[in-house]
Amino acid sequence: MNMMATIAASGATRSGDAHSGDVRLSQARNAIEIDNVAVTFGGSSRAVRAIDNVSLTVREGEFVSLIGHSGCGKSTLLRTIADIIAPTEGKVAIFGGTPAAARASRTFSMVFQQSVLMPWAKVIDNVRLPFEVGGANPKAGNFMDPHEALKLVELEGFEDALPSELSGGMRQRVSIARALVTRPKVLLMDEPFGALDELVRDTLNVELLRIWKQSGMTIVFVTHSLHEAVFLSQRVVVMSRRPSRIGGILEIDLPEERDLALKDAPELGHHVARLRDMLGAG
Amino acid sequence: MSVDRSIETAAPLPRIWSILPGPEVMRALGMAVLGLSLTLVLWQLVVTLFGVPSYLVPAPTDVAGALSRDLPLLVEAAVPTITEAFLGFLLGNTVALLVAVSFVYNKVIEEMFYPVAILVKTIPIVAIAPVLKIILGNGIEPKIVIAALICFFPTLVNSVRGFRAVNPQLLELMHVLSASKTEVFLRIRIYSALPYIFSALKISVTMCVLGAIVGEWIGANQGIGYLLLQSMFDFNAPRLFATILTASVIAITGFAIVSMLEKWVIRWDPGAAM
Repeated sequence: MNMMATIAASGATRSGDAHSGDVRLSQARNAIEIDNVAVTFGGSSRAVRAIDNVSLTVREGEFVSLIGHSGCGKSTLLRTIADIIAPTEGKVAIFGGTPAAARASRTFSMVFQQSVLMPWAKVIDNVRLPFEVGGANPKAGNFMDPHEALKLVELEGFEDALPSELSGGMRQRVSIARALVTRPKVLLMDEPFGALDELVRDTLNVELLRIWKQSGMTIVFVTHSLHEAVFLSQRVVVMSRRPSRIGGILEIDLPEERDLALKDAPELGHHVARLRDMLGAG
Repeated sequence: MSVDRSIETAAPLPRIWSILPGPEVMRALGMAVLGLSLTLVLWQLVVTLFGVPSYLVPAPTDVAGALSRDLPLLVEAAVPTITEAFLGFLLGNTVALLVAVSFVYNKVIEEMFYPVAILVKTIPIVAIAPVLKIILGNGIEPKIVIAALICFFPTLVNSVRGFRAVNPQLLELMHVLSASKTEVFLRIRIYSALPYIFSALKISVTMCVLGAIVGEWIGANQGIGYLLLQSMFDFNAPRLFATILTASVIAITGFAIVSMLEKWVIRWDPGAAM
Protein backbone atom coordinates (compact mmCIF):
# COMPACT_ATOMS: atom_id res chain seq x y z
CA MET A 1 0.00 0.00 0.00
CA ASN A 2 2.96 2.20 0.67
CA MET A 3 3.93 1.45 -2.90
CA MET A 4 0.64 2.70 -4.26
CA ALA A 5 1.15 6.00 -2.56
CA THR A 6 4.56 6.40 -4.16
CA ILE A 7 3.19 5.71 -7.61
CA ALA A 8 0.30 8.09 -7.18
CA ALA A 9 2.60 10.75 -5.80
CA SER A 10 5.11 10.44 -8.61
CA GLY A 11 2.26 10.60 -11.10
CA ALA A 12 1.09 13.84 -9.56
CA THR A 13 4.54 15.41 -9.62
CA ARG A 14 4.92 14.63 -13.28
CA SER A 15 1.58 16.12 -14.27
CA GLY A 16 2.47 19.11 -12.15
CA ASP A 17 5.60 19.57 -14.22
CA ALA A 18 3.53 19.74 -17.37
CA HIS A 19 3.89 23.52 -17.69
CA SER A 20 7.64 23.25 -17.88
CA GLY A 21 7.41 22.61 -21.59
CA ASP A 22 7.53 18.86 -21.97
CA VAL A 23 4.98 18.47 -24.72
CA ARG A 24 4.74 14.75 -24.33
CA LEU A 25 3.80 14.91 -20.69
CA SER A 26 1.55 17.92 -20.96
CA GLN A 27 -1.31 15.89 -22.44
CA ALA A 28 -0.32 12.77 -20.57
CA ARG A 29 -3.17 10.34 -20.23
CA ASN A 30 -2.76 7.00 -18.57
CA ALA A 31 -1.57 4.58 -21.23
CA ILE A 32 -1.57 1.49 -19.05
CA GLU A 33 -3.34 0.92 -15.78
CA ILE A 34 -2.57 -2.25 -13.88
CA ASP A 35 -4.90 -2.66 -10.96
CA ASN A 36 -4.16 -5.24 -8.29
CA VAL A 37 -3.15 -7.90 -10.78
CA ALA A 38 -2.22 -11.43 -9.71
CA VAL A 39 -1.32 -14.30 -12.01
CA THR A 40 -1.38 -17.91 -10.87
CA PHE A 41 -0.09 -20.75 -13.01
CA GLY A 42 -1.07 -24.39 -12.71
CA GLY A 43 -4.02 -26.12 -11.12
CA SER A 44 -5.35 -25.53 -7.64
CA SER A 45 -3.19 -28.26 -6.09
CA ARG A 46 0.16 -27.11 -7.44
CA ALA A 47 -0.59 -23.49 -8.11
CA VAL A 48 2.36 -21.15 -8.52
CA ARG A 49 1.76 -17.48 -7.99
CA ALA A 50 3.85 -15.74 -10.65
CA ILE A 51 2.90 -12.22 -9.68
CA ASP A 52 0.86 -10.96 -6.81
CA ASN A 53 -0.94 -7.76 -6.02
CA VAL A 54 0.74 -5.61 -8.66
CA SER A 55 -0.54 -2.14 -9.39
CA LEU A 56 1.17 0.25 -11.74
CA THR A 57 0.21 3.17 -13.93
CA VAL A 58 2.20 4.08 -17.03
CA ARG A 59 1.52 7.49 -18.54
CA GLU A 60 1.28 8.14 -22.23
CA GLY A 61 4.68 8.76 -23.78
CA GLU A 62 6.57 7.37 -20.82
CA PHE A 63 9.51 4.97 -21.01
CA VAL A 64 9.25 2.51 -18.14
CA SER A 65 11.52 -0.47 -17.51
CA LEU A 66 10.74 -3.52 -15.43
CA ILE A 67 13.73 -5.16 -13.79
CA GLY A 68 14.23 -7.94 -11.30
CA HIS A 69 15.86 -11.28 -10.69
CA SER A 70 15.02 -13.99 -13.16
CA GLY A 71 11.77 -15.64 -12.24
CA CYS A 72 10.44 -12.50 -10.55
CA GLY A 73 7.52 -12.28 -12.91
CA LYS A 74 8.56 -9.23 -14.94
CA SER A 75 7.92 -11.02 -18.21
CA THR A 76 4.66 -12.38 -16.85
CA LEU A 77 3.55 -8.86 -16.05
CA LEU A 78 4.41 -7.68 -19.56
CA ARG A 79 2.60 -10.61 -21.10
CA THR A 80 -0.43 -9.83 -19.00
CA ILE A 81 -0.45 -6.33 -20.48
CA ALA A 82 -0.09 -7.87 -23.96
CA ASP A 83 -3.10 -10.13 -23.35
CA ILE A 84 -0.97 -13.24 -23.84
CA ILE A 85 -1.71 -14.21 -20.22
CA ALA A 86 -5.02 -13.42 -18.56
CA PRO A 87 -4.69 -12.15 -14.99
CA THR A 88 -6.12 -14.47 -12.34
CA GLU A 89 -7.13 -11.45 -10.29
CA GLY A 90 -7.33 -7.73 -10.90
CA LYS A 91 -7.45 -6.02 -14.24
CA VAL A 92 -5.34 -4.33 -16.89
CA ALA A 93 -6.51 -1.38 -18.96
CA ILE A 94 -4.84 0.11 -22.02
CA PHE A 95 -6.08 3.62 -22.69
CA GLY A 96 -9.12 2.69 -20.65
CA GLY A 97 -10.02 -0.34 -22.77
CA THR A 98 -9.33 -4.02 -22.40
CA PRO A 99 -6.00 -5.48 -23.59
CA ALA A 100 -7.96 -7.68 -26.03
CA ALA A 101 -9.51 -4.62 -27.65
CA ALA A 102 -6.12 -2.90 -27.73
CA ARG A 103 -4.66 -5.96 -29.39
CA ALA A 104 -7.33 -6.03 -32.08
CA SER A 105 -6.96 -2.31 -32.79
CA ARG A 106 -3.16 -2.56 -32.97
CA THR A 107 -2.83 -0.09 -30.11
CA PHE A 108 0.25 -1.91 -28.90
CA SER A 109 3.02 -3.95 -30.50
CA MET A 110 5.21 -6.52 -28.86
CA VAL A 111 8.91 -7.24 -29.33
CA PHE A 112 10.21 -10.53 -27.96
CA GLN A 113 13.64 -11.62 -26.76
CA GLN A 114 14.06 -13.63 -29.94
CA SER A 115 13.31 -11.82 -33.17
CA VAL A 116 10.50 -14.33 -33.88
CA LEU A 117 10.65 -13.92 -37.64
CA MET A 118 9.17 -16.29 -40.18
CA PRO A 119 12.37 -17.89 -41.55
CA TRP A 120 10.70 -18.67 -44.89
CA ALA A 121 9.60 -15.09 -45.53
CA LYS A 122 11.65 -12.18 -46.84
CA VAL A 123 12.42 -9.33 -44.48
CA ILE A 124 9.80 -7.08 -46.09
CA ASP A 125 7.11 -9.77 -45.82
CA ASN A 126 7.96 -10.26 -42.16
CA VAL A 127 7.53 -6.53 -41.57
CA ARG A 128 4.25 -6.56 -43.48
CA LEU A 129 2.75 -9.38 -41.38
CA PRO A 130 0.76 -7.13 -38.98
CA PHE A 131 -1.17 -5.74 -41.99
CA GLU A 132 -2.10 -9.08 -43.34
CA VAL A 133 -3.62 -10.94 -40.42
CA GLY A 134 -6.13 -10.30 -37.67
CA GLY A 135 -8.46 -8.22 -39.82
CA ALA A 136 -6.09 -5.28 -39.92
CA ASN A 137 -6.83 -2.86 -42.72
CA PRO A 138 -3.79 -0.89 -43.80
CA LYS A 139 -5.95 1.66 -45.63
CA ALA A 140 -8.14 2.38 -42.62
CA GLY A 141 -5.33 2.66 -40.10
CA ASN A 142 -2.52 5.16 -40.36
CA PHE A 143 -0.01 2.37 -40.82
CA MET A 144 3.52 3.00 -41.93
CA ASP A 145 4.93 1.98 -45.28
CA PRO A 146 6.94 -1.19 -44.51
CA HIS A 147 9.89 0.29 -46.39
CA GLU A 148 9.74 3.33 -44.16
CA ALA A 149 9.70 1.08 -41.08
CA LEU A 150 12.84 -0.66 -42.33
CA LYS A 151 14.44 2.73 -42.93
CA LEU A 152 13.67 3.66 -39.34
CA VAL A 153 15.74 0.72 -38.10
CA GLU A 154 18.41 1.39 -40.75
CA LEU A 155 17.80 -1.72 -42.79
CA GLU A 156 17.13 -0.22 -46.20
CA GLY A 157 18.29 -2.51 -48.96
CA PHE A 158 17.57 -5.69 -47.03
CA GLU A 159 13.92 -5.99 -48.09
CA ASP A 160 14.42 -9.18 -50.07
CA ALA A 161 16.87 -10.92 -47.75
CA LEU A 162 15.84 -13.97 -45.78
CA PRO A 163 16.18 -13.71 -41.99
CA SER A 164 18.89 -16.40 -42.00
CA GLU A 165 21.06 -14.09 -44.11
CA LEU A 166 21.07 -11.45 -41.38
CA SER A 167 22.99 -11.18 -38.12
CA GLY A 168 21.21 -11.50 -34.78
CA GLY A 169 21.19 -7.73 -34.29
CA MET A 170 19.78 -7.12 -37.77
CA ARG A 171 17.07 -9.71 -37.18
CA GLN A 172 16.08 -7.94 -34.00
CA ARG A 173 15.90 -4.67 -35.98
CA VAL A 174 13.53 -6.38 -38.39
CA SER A 175 11.32 -7.42 -35.51
CA ILE A 176 11.34 -3.83 -34.22
CA ALA A 177 10.37 -2.59 -37.69
CA ARG A 178 7.51 -5.10 -37.66
CA ALA A 179 6.40 -3.71 -34.30
CA LEU A 180 6.62 -0.08 -35.48
CA VAL A 181 4.88 -0.55 -38.81
CA THR A 182 1.41 -0.27 -37.29
CA ARG A 183 2.35 2.98 -35.52
CA PRO A 184 1.43 1.58 -32.11
CA LYS A 185 0.78 3.91 -29.20
CA VAL A 186 2.39 1.41 -26.85
CA LEU A 187 5.46 -0.72 -27.41
CA LEU A 188 5.92 -3.72 -25.12
CA MET A 189 9.46 -5.12 -25.19
CA ASP A 190 10.41 -8.36 -23.46
CA GLU A 191 14.21 -8.37 -23.03
CA PRO A 192 14.53 -7.42 -26.70
CA PHE A 193 18.32 -7.05 -26.64
CA GLY A 194 19.05 -9.75 -24.09
CA ALA A 195 20.35 -12.22 -26.67
CA LEU A 196 22.66 -9.72 -28.40
CA ASP A 197 26.26 -8.88 -27.66
CA GLU A 198 27.00 -5.70 -25.75
CA LEU A 199 28.17 -3.52 -28.66
CA VAL A 200 25.07 -4.27 -30.70
CA ARG A 201 22.95 -3.75 -27.62
CA ASP A 202 24.47 -0.29 -27.04
CA THR A 203 23.77 0.75 -30.61
CA LEU A 204 20.22 -0.50 -30.50
CA ASN A 205 19.65 1.23 -27.15
CA VAL A 206 20.55 4.57 -28.70
CA GLU A 207 18.40 3.89 -31.73
CA LEU A 208 15.47 2.87 -29.59
CA LEU A 209 15.68 6.15 -27.69
CA ARG A 210 15.73 8.05 -31.00
CA ILE A 211 12.64 6.19 -32.24
CA TRP A 212 10.89 6.72 -28.91
CA LYS A 213 11.56 10.47 -29.08
CA GLN A 214 10.36 10.74 -32.66
CA SER A 215 7.21 8.72 -32.19
CA GLY A 216 6.04 9.74 -28.73
CA MET A 217 5.23 6.13 -28.00
CA THR A 218 4.78 4.68 -24.55
CA ILE A 219 7.37 1.96 -23.99
CA VAL A 220 7.37 -0.76 -21.35
CA PHE A 221 10.70 -2.50 -21.42
CA VAL A 222 11.64 -5.68 -19.56
CA THR A 223 15.35 -6.22 -18.99
CA HIS A 224 17.70 -7.80 -16.54
CA SER A 225 20.42 -5.25 -17.26
CA LEU A 226 20.46 -2.47 -14.71
CA HIS A 227 22.59 -0.26 -16.97
CA GLU A 228 20.21 -0.67 -19.86
CA ALA A 229 17.22 0.08 -17.65
CA VAL A 230 18.77 3.28 -16.29
CA PHE A 231 20.08 4.41 -19.68
CA LEU A 232 16.72 4.06 -21.42
CA SER A 233 14.07 4.80 -18.87
CA GLN A 234 12.32 7.64 -17.15
CA ARG A 235 11.20 5.27 -14.44
CA VAL A 236 12.49 1.86 -13.45
CA VAL A 237 10.13 -0.54 -11.71
CA VAL A 238 11.96 -3.01 -9.49
CA MET A 239 10.17 -6.29 -9.01
CA SER A 240 10.85 -8.40 -5.97
CA ARG A 241 10.98 -12.15 -5.81
CA ARG A 242 8.60 -14.24 -3.66
CA PRO A 243 6.18 -12.71 -3.42
CA SER A 244 6.48 -11.33 -6.94
CA ARG A 245 5.46 -7.78 -6.42
CA ILE A 246 6.66 -4.33 -7.18
CA GLY A 247 9.49 -3.72 -4.73
CA GLY A 248 10.04 -0.11 -5.58
CA ILE A 249 10.17 2.48 -8.34
CA LEU A 250 13.17 4.63 -9.20
CA GLU A 251 12.76 7.90 -11.08
CA ILE A 252 15.71 8.37 -13.41
CA ASP A 253 16.52 12.08 -13.39
CA LEU A 254 19.04 12.01 -16.20
CA PRO A 255 18.90 14.54 -19.05
CA GLU A 256 16.40 13.88 -21.85
CA GLU A 257 19.15 13.83 -24.46
CA ARG A 258 21.10 10.65 -23.88
CA ASP A 259 23.98 9.30 -25.90
CA LEU A 260 26.45 6.46 -25.56
CA ALA A 261 28.82 8.56 -23.44
CA LEU A 262 26.19 8.48 -20.71
CA LYS A 263 26.64 4.70 -20.43
CA ASP A 264 29.96 5.32 -18.67
CA ALA A 265 28.92 8.44 -16.80
CA PRO A 266 29.02 8.44 -12.97
CA GLU A 267 25.39 9.68 -12.76
CA LEU A 268 24.30 6.51 -14.48
CA GLY A 269 26.43 4.50 -12.07
CA HIS A 270 24.71 6.13 -9.09
CA HIS A 271 21.33 5.09 -10.37
CA VAL A 272 22.55 1.57 -11.05
CA ALA A 273 23.91 1.32 -7.50
CA ARG A 274 20.60 2.56 -6.17
CA LEU A 275 18.75 -0.09 -8.18
CA ARG A 276 21.11 -2.78 -6.94
CA ASP A 277 20.25 -1.76 -3.37
CA MET A 278 16.56 -1.92 -4.12
CA LEU A 279 16.95 -5.35 -5.71
CA GLY A 280 18.86 -6.61 -2.71
CA ALA A 281 16.23 -5.29 -0.35
CA GLY A 282 13.46 -6.79 -2.47
CA MET B 1 28.27 -2.34 -44.73
CA SER B 2 30.06 -5.62 -44.98
CA VAL B 3 26.94 -7.72 -44.63
CA ASP B 4 25.52 -5.96 -47.67
CA ARG B 5 28.12 -7.45 -49.92
CA SER B 6 27.75 -11.01 -48.68
CA ILE B 7 24.11 -10.90 -49.64
CA GLU B 8 24.84 -9.47 -53.07
CA THR B 9 27.21 -12.31 -53.83
CA ALA B 10 24.84 -14.92 -52.51
CA ALA B 11 21.76 -13.69 -54.34
CA PRO B 12 22.61 -13.60 -58.09
CA LEU B 13 22.90 -17.41 -58.42
CA PRO B 14 20.19 -18.49 -60.84
CA ARG B 15 17.41 -20.38 -59.10
CA ILE B 16 17.95 -23.62 -61.00
CA TRP B 17 21.44 -24.03 -59.56
CA SER B 18 20.17 -24.12 -56.03
CA ILE B 19 18.40 -27.45 -56.59
CA LEU B 20 21.38 -29.17 -58.22
CA PRO B 21 23.81 -31.06 -55.99
CA GLY B 22 26.89 -29.25 -54.70
CA PRO B 23 30.51 -30.54 -54.69
CA GLU B 24 30.09 -32.48 -51.39
CA VAL B 25 27.13 -34.32 -52.86
CA MET B 26 29.07 -35.06 -56.06
CA ARG B 27 31.87 -36.58 -54.01
CA ALA B 28 29.43 -38.72 -52.02
CA LEU B 29 27.87 -39.82 -55.30
CA GLY B 30 31.28 -40.74 -56.72
CA MET B 31 32.12 -42.82 -53.66
CA ALA B 32 28.78 -44.62 -53.88
CA VAL B 33 29.36 -45.43 -57.55
CA LEU B 34 32.83 -46.74 -56.69
CA GLY B 35 31.43 -48.98 -53.95
CA LEU B 36 28.71 -50.27 -56.22
CA SER B 37 31.23 -51.07 -58.99
CA LEU B 38 33.42 -52.99 -56.55
CA THR B 39 30.42 -55.01 -55.34
CA LEU B 40 29.51 -55.87 -58.94
CA VAL B 41 33.08 -56.96 -59.73
CA LEU B 42 33.13 -59.13 -56.60
CA TRP B 43 29.74 -60.63 -57.52
CA GLN B 44 30.93 -61.38 -61.05
CA LEU B 45 34.11 -63.02 -59.71
CA VAL B 46 32.25 -65.25 -57.21
CA VAL B 47 29.70 -66.41 -59.79
CA THR B 48 32.37 -67.14 -62.46
CA LEU B 49 34.94 -68.73 -60.13
CA PHE B 50 32.46 -71.07 -58.43
CA GLY B 51 30.62 -71.82 -61.66
CA VAL B 52 27.15 -70.88 -60.29
CA PRO B 53 24.58 -71.57 -63.05
CA SER B 54 22.92 -68.41 -64.33
CA TYR B 55 19.36 -69.73 -63.76
CA LEU B 56 20.16 -69.72 -60.03
CA VAL B 57 22.27 -66.60 -59.60
CA PRO B 58 23.03 -64.66 -62.76
CA ALA B 59 26.30 -62.76 -63.01
CA PRO B 60 26.13 -58.97 -63.51
CA THR B 61 27.02 -59.54 -67.17
CA ASP B 62 24.01 -61.87 -67.56
CA VAL B 63 21.76 -59.22 -66.00
CA ALA B 64 23.23 -56.58 -68.29
CA GLY B 65 22.53 -58.87 -71.25
CA ALA B 66 18.93 -59.35 -70.11
CA LEU B 67 18.57 -55.60 -69.60
CA SER B 68 19.58 -54.78 -73.18
CA ARG B 69 17.67 -57.70 -74.68
CA ASP B 70 14.44 -57.14 -72.73
CA LEU B 71 14.55 -53.36 -72.56
CA PRO B 72 11.33 -52.84 -74.57
CA LEU B 73 9.61 -55.41 -72.35
CA LEU B 74 10.87 -53.73 -69.17
CA VAL B 75 9.78 -50.27 -70.32
CA GLU B 76 6.39 -51.62 -71.26
CA ALA B 77 6.06 -53.18 -67.80
CA ALA B 78 7.28 -50.03 -66.07
CA VAL B 79 4.59 -47.76 -67.56
CA PRO B 80 1.55 -49.25 -65.72
CA THR B 81 3.54 -49.63 -62.48
CA ILE B 82 4.68 -46.02 -62.57
CA THR B 83 1.12 -44.89 -63.30
CA GLU B 84 -0.30 -46.90 -60.39
CA ALA B 85 2.46 -45.82 -58.02
CA PHE B 86 2.12 -42.15 -59.01
CA LEU B 87 -1.66 -42.07 -58.68
CA GLY B 88 -1.42 -43.97 -55.39
CA PHE B 89 1.20 -41.49 -54.19
CA LEU B 90 -1.09 -38.56 -55.03
CA LEU B 91 -4.18 -40.17 -53.49
CA GLY B 92 -2.50 -41.43 -50.32
CA ASN B 93 -0.65 -38.21 -49.58
CA THR B 94 -3.58 -35.93 -50.39
CA VAL B 95 -5.88 -37.84 -48.06
CA ALA B 96 -3.16 -38.00 -45.38
CA LEU B 97 -2.63 -34.22 -45.55
CA LEU B 98 -6.36 -33.49 -45.39
CA VAL B 99 -6.77 -35.81 -42.41
CA ALA B 100 -3.74 -34.20 -40.74
CA VAL B 101 -5.27 -30.74 -41.23
CA SER B 102 -8.55 -31.91 -39.69
CA PHE B 103 -6.61 -33.36 -36.73
CA VAL B 104 -4.83 -30.08 -36.15
CA TYR B 105 -8.05 -28.08 -36.39
CA ASN B 106 -10.09 -30.39 -34.20
CA LYS B 107 -8.72 -32.37 -31.28
CA VAL B 108 -11.86 -34.53 -31.05
CA ILE B 109 -11.46 -35.76 -34.63
CA GLU B 110 -7.88 -36.68 -33.82
CA GLU B 111 -8.85 -38.52 -30.63
CA MET B 112 -11.47 -40.49 -32.55
CA PHE B 113 -9.68 -41.32 -35.77
CA TYR B 114 -6.00 -41.53 -34.90
CA PRO B 115 -6.55 -45.00 -33.39
CA VAL B 116 -8.38 -45.99 -36.59
CA ALA B 117 -5.39 -44.86 -38.64
CA ILE B 118 -3.05 -46.88 -36.43
CA LEU B 119 -5.34 -49.91 -36.81
CA VAL B 120 -5.20 -49.60 -40.59
CA LYS B 121 -1.44 -49.27 -40.37
CA THR B 122 -1.05 -52.49 -38.34
CA ILE B 123 -2.84 -54.66 -40.92
CA PRO B 124 -0.15 -56.04 -43.26
CA ILE B 125 -0.58 -54.61 -46.73
CA VAL B 126 -0.37 -58.08 -48.35
CA ALA B 127 -3.34 -59.10 -46.22
CA ILE B 128 -5.48 -56.18 -47.39
CA ALA B 129 -4.56 -56.63 -51.04
CA PRO B 130 -6.87 -59.63 -51.74
CA VAL B 131 -9.77 -57.80 -50.08
CA LEU B 132 -9.19 -54.81 -52.33
CA LYS B 133 -9.03 -57.06 -55.38
CA ILE B 134 -12.46 -58.50 -54.50
CA ILE B 135 -13.91 -55.03 -53.96
CA LEU B 136 -12.26 -53.17 -56.81
CA GLY B 137 -11.69 -55.88 -59.43
CA ASN B 138 -8.75 -56.65 -61.64
CA GLY B 139 -8.06 -53.23 -63.06
CA ILE B 140 -5.69 -50.45 -62.03
CA GLU B 141 -7.85 -49.37 -59.07
CA PRO B 142 -6.80 -51.90 -56.40
CA LYS B 143 -3.13 -51.23 -57.20
CA ILE B 144 -3.61 -47.49 -56.77
CA VAL B 145 -5.41 -47.99 -53.48
CA ILE B 146 -2.71 -50.32 -52.15
CA ALA B 147 -0.01 -47.82 -53.13
CA ALA B 148 -2.09 -45.07 -51.50
CA LEU B 149 -2.56 -47.04 -48.29
CA ILE B 150 1.16 -47.60 -47.98
CA CYS B 151 1.83 -43.85 -48.41
CA PHE B 152 -0.92 -42.75 -46.08
CA PHE B 153 0.46 -43.44 -42.65
CA PRO B 154 3.97 -41.96 -42.74
CA THR B 155 2.64 -38.75 -44.27
CA LEU B 156 -0.20 -38.51 -41.74
CA VAL B 157 2.10 -38.95 -38.74
CA ASN B 158 4.79 -36.62 -40.04
CA SER B 159 2.50 -33.84 -41.16
CA VAL B 160 0.54 -33.83 -37.90
CA ARG B 161 3.87 -33.48 -36.13
CA GLY B 162 4.94 -30.79 -38.59
CA PHE B 163 1.77 -28.72 -38.22
CA ARG B 164 2.38 -28.73 -34.47
CA ALA B 165 6.13 -28.06 -34.67
CA VAL B 166 5.61 -24.32 -34.72
CA ASN B 167 7.89 -21.95 -32.83
CA PRO B 168 5.63 -21.18 -29.83
CA GLN B 169 6.75 -17.56 -29.88
CA LEU B 170 5.47 -17.22 -33.44
CA LEU B 171 2.10 -18.41 -32.15
CA GLU B 172 2.26 -15.78 -29.42
CA LEU B 173 3.08 -13.15 -32.01
CA MET B 174 0.11 -14.25 -34.11
CA HIS B 175 -2.04 -14.08 -30.98
CA VAL B 176 -0.89 -10.53 -30.29
CA LEU B 177 -1.77 -9.74 -33.93
CA SER B 178 -5.25 -11.24 -33.34
CA ALA B 179 -4.72 -13.70 -36.18
CA SER B 180 -7.41 -16.31 -36.78
CA LYS B 181 -6.83 -20.06 -36.68
CA THR B 182 -6.91 -20.19 -40.46
CA GLU B 183 -4.41 -17.33 -40.77
CA VAL B 184 -2.08 -19.12 -38.37
CA PHE B 185 -2.49 -22.25 -40.43
CA LEU B 186 -1.90 -20.65 -43.82
CA ARG B 187 0.93 -18.37 -42.79
CA ILE B 188 2.76 -20.37 -40.11
CA ARG B 189 1.77 -24.00 -39.75
CA ILE B 190 2.04 -24.99 -43.41
CA TYR B 191 5.57 -23.60 -43.70
CA SER B 192 6.65 -25.12 -40.39
CA ALA B 193 5.27 -28.47 -41.53
CA LEU B 194 6.89 -28.48 -44.99
CA PRO B 195 10.23 -30.02 -43.90
CA TYR B 196 8.31 -32.78 -42.07
CA ILE B 197 5.98 -33.34 -45.01
CA PHE B 198 8.89 -33.63 -47.41
CA SER B 199 10.65 -36.24 -45.30
CA ALA B 200 7.40 -38.21 -45.33
CA LEU B 201 7.08 -37.80 -49.10
CA LYS B 202 10.59 -39.14 -49.54
CA ILE B 203 9.60 -42.27 -47.65
CA SER B 204 6.28 -42.70 -49.41
CA VAL B 205 7.62 -42.14 -52.94
CA THR B 206 9.65 -45.34 -52.65
CA MET B 207 6.92 -47.16 -50.73
CA CYS B 208 4.26 -46.48 -53.36
CA VAL B 209 6.30 -48.43 -55.95
CA LEU B 210 6.31 -51.36 -53.53
CA GLY B 211 2.53 -50.97 -53.09
CA ALA B 212 1.92 -51.05 -56.85
CA ILE B 213 4.06 -54.19 -57.24
CA VAL B 214 2.26 -55.97 -54.39
CA GLY B 215 -1.02 -55.03 -56.06
CA GLU B 216 0.17 -56.53 -59.33
CA TRP B 217 1.14 -59.77 -57.60
CA ILE B 218 -2.43 -60.31 -56.44
CA GLY B 219 -3.74 -60.15 -59.96
CA ALA B 220 -2.53 -58.38 -63.07
CA ASN B 221 -1.49 -59.11 -66.64
CA GLN B 222 0.95 -56.26 -66.96
CA GLY B 223 3.40 -54.26 -64.89
CA ILE B 224 6.63 -54.85 -63.01
CA GLY B 225 4.95 -57.11 -60.43
CA TYR B 226 3.50 -59.26 -63.19
CA LEU B 227 6.85 -59.46 -65.01
CA LEU B 228 8.59 -60.50 -61.76
CA LEU B 229 6.19 -63.43 -61.32
CA GLN B 230 6.44 -64.39 -64.99
CA SER B 231 10.25 -64.38 -64.91
CA MET B 232 10.16 -66.49 -61.78
CA PHE B 233 7.84 -69.06 -63.36
CA ASP B 234 10.06 -69.15 -66.48
CA PHE B 235 13.21 -69.67 -64.37
CA ASN B 236 14.56 -66.64 -66.21
CA ALA B 237 16.80 -65.34 -63.44
CA PRO B 238 18.65 -62.73 -65.54
CA ARG B 239 15.33 -61.13 -66.55
CA LEU B 240 14.09 -61.40 -62.94
CA PHE B 241 17.13 -59.44 -61.79
CA ALA B 242 16.73 -56.93 -64.61
CA THR B 243 13.10 -56.40 -63.55
CA ILE B 244 14.13 -55.89 -59.93
CA LEU B 245 16.66 -53.34 -61.14
CA THR B 246 13.93 -51.54 -63.10
CA ALA B 247 11.74 -51.33 -59.99
CA SER B 248 14.68 -49.93 -58.09
CA VAL B 249 15.38 -47.32 -60.79
CA ILE B 250 11.73 -46.20 -60.66
CA ALA B 251 11.90 -45.76 -56.87
CA ILE B 252 15.25 -43.95 -56.98
CA THR B 253 14.01 -41.60 -59.71
CA GLY B 254 10.93 -40.81 -57.63
CA PHE B 255 13.12 -40.12 -54.62
CA ALA B 256 15.39 -37.84 -56.64
CA ILE B 257 12.43 -35.87 -58.01
CA VAL B 258 10.95 -35.36 -54.53
CA SER B 259 14.36 -34.36 -53.15
CA MET B 260 14.82 -31.75 -55.87
CA LEU B 261 11.31 -30.47 -55.29
CA GLU B 262 12.15 -30.19 -51.60
CA LYS B 263 15.24 -28.10 -52.29
CA TRP B 264 13.25 -25.89 -54.61
CA VAL B 265 10.41 -25.33 -52.13
CA ILE B 266 12.38 -25.09 -48.88
CA ARG B 267 14.92 -22.34 -49.48
CA TRP B 268 15.17 -21.24 -45.88
CA ASP B 269 17.07 -23.04 -43.15
CA PRO B 270 14.38 -24.93 -41.21
CA GLY B 271 16.76 -25.61 -38.32
CA ALA B 272 17.80 -22.00 -37.78
CA ALA B 273 16.59 -20.35 -34.60
CA MET B 274 15.11 -16.91 -35.30
